[in-house]
Amino acid sequence: MIKKERMKVVAHKELAPSIFELTLQGELVTEMNQPGQFVQVKTTEGVEPLLRRPISISSYDSSEKRFTMIYRAEGKGTTLLSQRREAEAVDILGPLGNGFPVHEAKEGETALLVGGGIGVPPLYQLSQMLVANGVRVIHVLGFQTKSAIFYEEEFSELGDTYIATVDGSYGTAGFVTTVIDNLEQEFATIFSCGPTPMLKALEAGYRQKKLYLSLEERMGCGIGACFACVCHTGDDPTGFSYKKVCSDGPVFRAGEVVL
Amino acid sequence: MSRLSVELPGLHLKNPIMPASGCFGFGREYSQFFDLDVLGAIMIKATTPEPRFGNPTPRVAETSSGMLNAIGLQNPGLEKVISEELDWLGTYDVPIIANVAGSQIADYVKVAREISMVGNVKALELNISCPNVKEGGIAFGTVPEVAKEVTKAVKEVSSVPVYVKLSPNVSNIVEMAKAVEEGGADGLTMINTLVGMRLDLKTARPILSNRTGGLSGPAIKPVALRMIYEVSQQVSIPIIGMGGIATAEDVIEFFYAGASAVAVGTANFVDPFVCPTIIEELPKLLDELGFDHISECTGRSWKQNEAVANYRP
Repeated sequence: MIKKERMKVVAHKELAPSIFELTLQGELVTEMNQPGQFVQVKTTEGVEPLLRRPISISSYDSSEKRFTMIYRAEGKGTTLLSQRREAEAVDILGPLGNGFPVHEAKEGETALLVGGGIGVPPLYQLSQMLVANGVRVIHVLGFQTKSAIFYEEEFSELGDTYIATVDGSYGTAGFVTTVIDNLEQEFATIFSCGPTPMLKALEAGYRQKKLYLSLEERMGCGIGACFACVCHTGDDPTGFSYKKVCSDGPVFRAGEVVL
Repeated sequence: MSRLSVELPGLHLKNPIMPASGCFGFGREYSQFFDLDVLGAIMIKATTPEPRFGNPTPRVAETSSGMLNAIGLQNPGLEKVISEELDWLGTYDVPIIANVAGSQIADYVKVAREISMVGNVKALELNISCPNVKEGGIAFGTVPEVAKEVTKAVKEVSSVPVYVKLSPNVSNIVEMAKAVEEGGADGLTMINTLVGMRLDLKTARPILSNRTGGLSGPAIKPVALRMIYEVSQQVSIPIIGMGGIATAEDVIEFFYAGASAVAVGTANFVDPFVCPTIIEELPKLLDELGFDHISECTGRSWKQNEAVANYRP
């Protein structure tokens, strides 16, 4: 069930330049039960900025009633959010959307988790849940440059972790696909979140695998009412059928919607 | 709750608060947050004769205290709206105002005739003012004679009262209001969105794929108030006011300007509970202001003498 709650800031720190990790506490966390969902954050009181910001959940702990999100302070809203301090309240609407289907990867299998930039965070909760289910995980994470990297250590504790940087300042020079094309390990399932060009490259190259993609789109409401984040479906690419990224997604099986 | 009840053509409203068309879908999403029965009415998403996919994304862009949208009247078409959405809404005890859209008079006539026969549809809102549809829709809302003509045509076929939604994108709003009143409109809803634009700093291109979009939210509230103030003094049909309403205080301002009921739009996106919250807070605000009934507020900005007589300090 979706709830609206003023949640308490229990930790807030900058992981990398402009990349913040915010942990909030409140009853709303008890509604979280799948990785890859998101929340709508009111970044300030009042009407400026007006709309909430959709931010993915990177991990949650139901017993502690805490969840963490990692976001980039880029525009006005997220910059204001980054100034919130411990013990202050943040207005959250969530959890929203449908996350990654954890059980599509079976015990003993290997799953490949591919993240790009600020698309990396939701893979963290997913990876923890896959490992708990006895699934072997491989992470391939892409960043612009060395200083933008975050959570390498956290992911490494869960499974093999490969980093790609666009400028070659760390790990493999190039994109996540450069790493994946040269992987020697076998894997049956891919879970991915990141920029659309990356998702398109995965869809083009790995459609024969079980491939799940988490999409990003400009949103108005986040609950399926405003029709801002609508996309065509794969079986009717120019017709009237549609999916809403916010409430039907953000995670879709590759081919389900037109990227 | 009777101090909030309002009687308008076709509409017995338990309170004057309703979600605005296009900001509430067909109610399904919001039904998970609260019982839709608390609402005065629901203005459903615009319905066209055939299904429409709408515009490509990006369809929204934020602005200072507001947002631009260019959804493009996405809807499942008349047949499905009646068989699926209105049928489902029929399980609630709330009057529906059906927003009727099209790109030619025949479209409006077809949708109006059929949708007005559905039991829970108590009034129509004639959408002659959507800024995001290319096929000539805008002319219906900006040329008084054309607006009058489409109003007349719809009145002839509609089984329920017809409210006409006015566009603010005109130089003389009073002239438009009078034209649709002459065309037989039973009421007005105003205002629709203001045409606007935002540009991307990196690409230098418009952010919206439709290039322009409709501006809504608190940013347009002063424009809406001014137009309702002007129009309400010049017509004798009631006005359902809208444009940036987000609080009970906003509602009272719209009533003062001349509205008899109001619709809440963009605020639903920010706070899904905004309509029930406003409904809950209104009686307290009426107490503070010294009114027994909300209808006493209508037009108070210009009904000065009456206002002084009724005021209890």
